[in-house]
Amino acid sequence: MSERSTSGDIGAADLVAGAGGEVAMAGDRLAGTKPLGLWADTWRRLRRNHLAVVGLGIIVVFLAVGMTQEVANLAGVSTGERGAGYLAPYDPNAVNYELSPKGLGSPPSWSHPFGTDYLGRDVFSRTLVATRISMLVGVIAVSIALLIGLILGPISGYYGGWVDAVIMRTADIFFAFPYILFVLLIMTVLGPGLWNVFIAIGILSWASYARLTRGSVLSVKAMEYIEAARAQGASDLRIIFRHVLPNTMAPVYVAIAMGVGGAIVTEAALSFLGIGIQPPNASWGKMISDYLSYLQVGSWWMLSFPSVFLVVTVFGFISFGNGLRDATDPKLKE
Amino acid sequence: MAERLLTVEGLSTHFFTHAGVVKAVNGVSFTLDRKETLGIVGESGSGKTVAALSLMRLIPDPPGKVVEGSLMLGGRDLRTLSDEEMRQVRGNDIAMIFQDPMTSLNPVLKVGRQIAEAITLHQDKKKAEAWEMAAALLDRVGIPDARKRVDQYPFEFSGGMRQRAMIAMAISCNPDILIADEPTTALDVTIQAQIIDVIEEMQQRYESGVILITHDLGVVAEVADKVMVMYGGRTVEYGGIDEIFYNPHHPYTWGLLGSLPRLDQTEKTRLTPIKGQPPDLITLPSGCPFVGRCLYERPECRDQWPALEIVGPEHGVHCWIPEAERREIRATLPHFQEYVA
Repeated sequence: MSERSTSGDIGAADLVAGAGGEVAMAGDRLAGTKPLGLWADTWRRLRRNHLAVVGLGIIVVFLAVGMTQEVANLAGVSTGERGAGYLAPYDPNAVNYELSPKGLGSPPSWSHPFGTDYLGRDVFSRTLVATRISMLVGVIAVSIALLIGLILGPISGYYGGWVDAVIMRTADIFFAFPYILFVLLIMTVLGPGLWNVFIAIGILSWASYARLTRGSVLSVKAMEYIEAARAQGASDLRIIFRHVLPNTMAPVYVAIAMGVGGAIVTEAALSFLGIGIQPPNASWGKMISDYLSYLQVGSWWMLSFPSVFLVVTVFGFISFGNGLRDATDPKLKE
Repeated sequence: MAERLLTVEGLSTHFFTHAGVVKAVNGVSFTLDRKETLGIVGESGSGKTVAALSLMRLIPDPPGKVVEGSLMLGGRDLRTLSDEEMRQVRGNDIAMIFQDPMTSLNPVLKVGRQIAEAITLHQDKKKAEAWEMAAALLDRVGIPDARKRVDQYPFEFSGGMRQRAMIAMAISCNPDILIADEPTTALDVTIQAQIIDVIEEMQQRYESGVILITHDLGVVAEVADKVMVMYGGRTVEYGGIDEIFYNPHHPYTWGLLGSLPRLDQTEKTRLTPIKGQPPDLITLPSGCPFVGRCLYERPECRDQWPALEIVGPEHGVHCWIPEAERREIRATLPHFQEYVA
């Protein structure tokens, strides 16, 4: 009683207001600063991380370049002599022996900023066209991996038991094989070709996404709102993909950013080994492999530019992924 | 005679674990009529929640299993329904309000969307229609500015408002039976009363039967029509609200009531807690689970579970102590002094 009397009329007013009490409190909060949503909050913290912003910038630029090439490719624009309407100024596969005296290419000049290669092809055009391949590999291979991983992972975690055992042991098998050897194996079975590169890399990376989501699902499925959804009569599939999966995605976004970088490197490695992109088409890995020997005779430009593009792109994806992880980590919240 | 909604007979739910069989619920029977509120009270681990979850068939299997009993909802035995039929029952015929409103709403979905989803699961409604209904429901459970609130996420709601939203979700399909599993335990005392009011109001409006699971006898006294006292997975006593509070027959019920402060207590007396710990549900005695803590234990208590003894209209007790002797013992307890006269 004495406690109540010290708070005096305020307490009494609160009691009279009844339902108004809690509502008023929530109302004040609304009137003040509006709480940020998950993405707005993440973006706010991501912006402070300069490296991540640089990474995002790189990703945007390269995706734009890749997409321009892709659109041109789909529209059937032929790459003619000079300025055919999109980024690559020359036909990336046009051989011109005059530009390659002694078969060693020609160094960078105003008309060929990255120089020409041993067949007189414009290295700048080839590098740009290769950007399309690398971006396609990154996006499509990771999409395939996500499609498999984000279906099998949640199912594995949600149902547990033998379903979990079968899926996770399969994932273990995929982890146990040496990565490049497994890709080589699949590529040998499927045969070389752009789409087969996507499929091979996609099939090989699903396991990490599956494992990642399975772990999160295990913790989320014990939450009370999952039981509440079940008490409403929601089906298993609805619970998994509407209630469980969206709550497990934060680490997956980070893995995607990293995974795209990884897929690009893997494609480069495959092309370097000669089972990726087939000539005369260009990819960064293919170019690195083709031009490697010309470094010894002084034609540095052939190798340098695709290498730099590759490194910068992968750096972009990884630093963005790192930044994203920091920004979504609640423990780092200030 | 009110319409009988639910008849549970001899419900037993056991969990088969590595350590042994956990007999969480043993032969529990009760009924529920339309517009009636049944309070299930008992301490933690007495089987209250497991009994309710068994009704919804939400016991995780494995390790849990309803091993015995019939759960008649209308003319149907819930135990014989297929999974698909049972999904239709959940939310539609029986809905549930959970204990912790902070964790019972999906944090990544808007509140309105979660309620609308519950509606579209059971009713043939378009999304926009369901959304409108969600706003109306939020308004009905006393959330101001409901039209704006449906568009918000759970983290923008306070605890009391979330519990209101949970109630809105539970009543969205006009269920016959509303199970409230400790709906006020996680809330502030001031909010508790409001939430209980909302539940009662919704019960009146939708004419549902309510099963209120709680360890708060104050809440039970306020809203329940009848009470079932559970201990160690068994019903030790059941009866109308007045019978349980003013004419309790089981020593455990005495203990529960004796451990409560009373407003009309004039002299300074200490509350009397029930000494000891609740029994291990794996190694339950074959007799009364209250042995060991019961102050009036007899040799027969240990070996055999006493049969149901009807001590009044709608009032039954399971106890070996003869009725006359029970009344004598009760008369000596400080808590029940004034009723004796």
